[in-house]
Amino acid sequence: MLLAPHMAQPAFVPPSSADFFFNPAFGNSILATKPVMLLLFSVILITAFFTVSARKAAILPSRLQFSGELIYGFVRDGIGRDVIGEEFQRFVPFLFAIFTFVLTNNLFGVVPFMQFPTMSHIGFPVSITIFVYLVYHYVAIKKKGLGRYLKEMCFMPGVPKAVYVILAPVEFLTYFAVRPLTLAMRLFGNMFAGHLLLLLFTLGGEYMLKSALFVKFFAILSFGLAIGLSFFEMGIQCLQAYIFTLLAALYIAGALADEH
Amino acid sequence: MSTHLFIRAAAAADGPSPVVPKPAEIIVGLIAFSILFILLKLKAVPMFEKAYAARTSAIQGGMERAEAAQLAAEAALRTYTEQLKEARGEAQEIREEARVQGAAIIEDLRGRAQEEANRITAAARASIEAERQQAISSLRHEVGALATELASKIVGEALEDQVRQSGIVDRFLSELEKSEK
Repeated sequence: MLLAPHMAQPAFVPPSSADFFFNPAFGNSILATKPVMLLLFSVILITAFFTVSARKAAILPSRLQFSGELIYGFVRDGIGRDVIGEEFQRFVPFLFAIFTFVLTNNLFGVVPFMQFPTMSHIGFPVSITIFVYLVYHYVAIKKKGLGRYLKEMCFMPGVPKAVYVILAPVEFLTYFAVRPLTLAMRLFGNMFAGHLLLLLFTLGGEYMLKSALFVKFFAILSFGLAIGLSFFEMGIQCLQAYIFTLLAALYIAGALADEH
Repeated sequence: MSTHLFIRAAAAADGPSPVVPKPAEIIVGLIAFSILFILLKLKAVPMFEKAYAARTSAIQGGMERAEAAQLAAEAALRTYTEQLKEARGEAQEIREEARVQGAAIIEDLRGRAQEEANRITAAARASIEAERQQAISSLRHEVGALATELASKIVGEALEDQVRQSGIVDRFLSELEKSEK
């Protein structure tokens, strides 16, 4: 009865994966879609920020240099040195690029007017994962040689021989399939789900706002939740950037370690 | 399983599946990340490391300077302490010398005073002796004359003979002295 006057309004269409695909802003190229443009913008943004903040390399840093150093130092010491150890220095640029790249693109998800986490397009996490995958295998093979690397990988010492029947393939798969898959999927999944959640509460709120007065009340609740969840998402976005970088560092550390 | 269904349903309903990467996006991602990596490695990381190194060396240099200053201060303190000790010793020596000198001066003065006293005493004695001798001889002479005069008055005659007279008086006086003693 209450809903009767609004029957004209179409049924609510929940957000779906279709909302993650954008038409090119111009032309037909994928380069003109929102995620790609955001990704390229992030490269410019990160490079500009860190180049400018590091330019003076002063002993007494300005506020800008200090903020740049804070992030750089976090990756360098907090992830690189603590996880990789002795040889960390040569991996710092790589880890630094991963962290800033993932973090910036994740945070695009809550920046007004951008509001799209680039990493919710699985192609981008996959491309970073490819680098991580290549680097940690390359480091291990260069250090130990392919034979010893595979042997140490599949036949870790101190295990009964019979167990190798199960353990060897599992370990092999871990190094060559599970690690890259989970690394890419974890980042993608978190960003995808987070964005979907925000979409749901925002679109739902919008829909309810157009509905009957009684339902409008819930629209406020829905928008409130969307705002609250945005902050929650911000936390997750930072955390996922950290986890991605940390795992990359752990894989490299494992490749450098002598014993399994 | 449910994820799989969801993906299939979503794909069926809304077009492309979200878990199937688009090759074009992978390539864009690879290129974008490569560019970012190279730029950061060339532009940002060396400068941050330079700032770190400069800061470390500045702190280390400061510490070294502080250490040097402390060493210098300690050396100065040692020097001053030594000098103070030396000065104290010197003062002690000077005091000792002064004491000795003072004692010597007092001794010298005392000796001289004693000498002077002795000299004065001796002179006094000599003059007393001389006066005594003079007194004795004049007394003797007077007593002789008086006695002679008295005797001549008593006897009523002058004793002419000087030699004899004097012999008697002298003998008398000698006898008197002997009996006195």
